[in-house]
Amino acid sequence: MADATLVRDFDPLATGSAARRVRSKALVYALLTLFAAFYLLPIGIVLLNSFRELPDIARTGFFAVPETLTLQPWREALTSFCLAGACEGIRPFYLNSILMAVPATIISTAFGLLNGYILSMWRFRGSEWVFGFVTLGVFLPAQMTLLPWAYVLGNAGLTNTIWGLILIHTVQGLAFTTLFCRNYFVNIPDDLIKAARIDGAGFWRIFRKIVLPLSPPIVIVTVIWQFTGIWNDFLYGVVFSSGDRQPITSALIALTAGATSVRHHNVEAAATILAAIPPLLIYLFGGKYFVRGLTQGAVK
Amino acid sequence: MSTLSIHDLRKSYGALEVLRDINLEARQGEFIALVGPSGCGKSTLLGMIAGLETVSSGQIRIDGRLVNDVAPRDRDIAMVFQSYALYPTMTVRENMAFGMESRGVPRAEQESAIRRVAALLQIEPLLNRKPSQLSGGQRQRVAMGRALVRDPKLFLFDEPLSNLDAKLRVEMRTEIKKLHHRVAKTTIYVTHDQVEAMTLASRIAVMHRGVLQQFDEPQAIYERPANLFVAGFMGSPSMNVLPAVVASLDGGPAVEVLDGLAVLPLPPGTPLPKAPGQPVILGLRPEHFVVPHRAQPEQTVLGRLRADVEVVEPTGSETMVVLRLGSKEITARYEPVDAPRVGETVEILVDMAKACLFDPATERLL
Ligand SMILES: Nc1ncnc2c1ncn2[C@@H]1O[C@H](COP(=O)(O)OP(=O)(O)OP(=O)(O)O)[C@@H](O)[C@H]1O
Ligand SMILES: [Mg+2]
Repeated sequence: MADATLVRDFDPLATGSAARRVRSKALVYALLTLFAAFYLLPIGIVLLNSFRELPDIARTGFFAVPETLTLQPWREALTSFCLAGACEGIRPFYLNSILMAVPATIISTAFGLLNGYILSMWRFRGSEWVFGFVTLGVFLPAQMTLLPWAYVLGNAGLTNTIWGLILIHTVQGLAFTTLFCRNYFVNIPDDLIKAARIDGAGFWRIFRKIVLPLSPPIVIVTVIWQFTGIWNDFLYGVVFSSGDRQPITSALIALTAGATSVRHHNVEAAATILAAIPPLLIYLFGGKYFVRGLTQGAVK
Repeated sequence: MSTLSIHDLRKSYGALEVLRDINLEARQGEFIALVGPSGCGKSTLLGMIAGLETVSSGQIRIDGRLVNDVAPRDRDIAMVFQSYALYPTMTVRENMAFGMESRGVPRAEQESAIRRVAALLQIEPLLNRKPSQLSGGQRQRVAMGRALVRDPKLFLFDEPLSNLDAKLRVEMRTEIKKLHHRVAKTTIYVTHDQVEAMTLASRIAVMHRGVLQQFDEPQAIYERPANLFVAGFMGSPSMNVLPAVVASLDGGPAVEVLDGLAVLPLPPGTPLPKAPGQPVILGLRPEHFVVPHRAQPEQTVLGRLRADVEVVEPTGSETMVVLRLGSKEITARYEPVDAPRVGETVEILVDMAKACLFDPATERLL
């Protein structure tokens, strides 16, 4: 016990007697456990159902302990289930999502960095207005943009293409990426840029050699934000793509909406979890930086 | 030949006029200090010389070439910032190489320039460190190193020492002076520390509210301040100012201070600055006061005052004494052994040969 007190972290609950401390801690953990369980319950149920036989689910419903466990639903979801006219499981749609989310994330982040750089360090007459209008996009509901996008995609000949979705997500994301990057870059001291200008560096050299090397925290934040947002997007996918061009999120609807046939709840469950994996992975590996990047000024 | 010459320079941000009618020139190898209180426009002026700020009107010439619209990189200048502005993601070596790389200086040449400057500033052991791994003094050196490798025509310093603690500041001051001796580059040095300006500069430009007040050698600025602002700003403790009236004493010129409390003679033969009876302002530095028994034979123009001792402030090498003279307080410098005690009434002489007279209306030196 004596040793333990040597390295005691700050503990906001450590304000009363020992007994009271134990009680309040127990209460806090009990509450946290309860909330965690409540939050994880749906995921748990979906996960369980993904390992159940279909007749088992049909007999006892969703909320039951599996009788037997099987990997069959996962195999089907990945390889053979018939979706939107093809019987290759969710793989083609998974690929669509990757082909859409990766370029859109990269392009919108790159433009966000560039916009933020200009709007924070190369201000021009009216640049505050430009910034204001760009960030207005943050507050626009996506539904409001559907008609304009339908018009744009139609005229550009991009209806029902991955390129169309990339364009939409890039442009829709610019408001966020610009906001993030600009607010991060305003914390970079002006003197740094002045010194670089005197040192003979121009617009691009300052960007590449001074600003970008300082940017990893905000790049991580932006990439996580964009990738999860784009991957999980459902609205644009459902509205602007169909058939084998759909991203995984809207394809899952086709999976569940097969009104004529029997519903394969176990395969649906497996497919849903598979669809959720990439953003989860990204958050798992980058989440630490995400939280840190959102809260700190980052440049010393 | 002047390296830098500034003619009728003006700067305004919208309706706000920040600099007015600035005329300055720096001769080859000169060390010019720009001093003034916070917000008087020193950094703005330096920024305009560097090309970081646009010129509203007037001309800036470097080595005779008009540079008003020349980009910073093409002005052949180097600048040291108050914040040092070291590139945080680069090592010391990369920081120093950055400017040369931008200009396409060959590698071997870069390396030898870095070696030369690192040796000069004794920062060789630091070359592979990042700025975050350096102490304040070391960062300061590196910032100067980055300016020195470029071998520019003109050095610009913006309060380079103000982020250092007092002791280090004095050390670095001496070092900058030595360095300037060695490299003999024309330097413009912004500071709000008048001691720094006095010790380093060959000429000082005093600024106030965007206007150049006086541009002269340190001693001249100290002894003959052009106006009351310069008199008060340069020197610590600052010059005592007393309202006075032109009078005569024993047939010679004199001033009467504090409603006739005392009449102080002016050096004989000085033309009366104003008609007798006219008001003036008398400026006396703390060291212009002389304890009676220390008066030197050559100090012939001595005034005599009686005053009460209010405060005594020993600093070790000298003691500052605040004296009450009627309704006014003045500060006088004493040798520590001569220092009076609080509450005493003392008699003190004033070396009027060094006194300055100012016009109360224009505040100019008479
Ligand atoms: N971009 C700007 N827009 C408007 N006013 C400005 C701008 N930059 C500086 N000023 C004003 O110009 C004046 C001079 O500023 P400057 O930075 O040159 O002062 P300074 O003498 O360097 O002061 P300090 O000793 O505090 O550094 C200040 O009143 C400041 O408010
Ligand atoms: Mg300044």
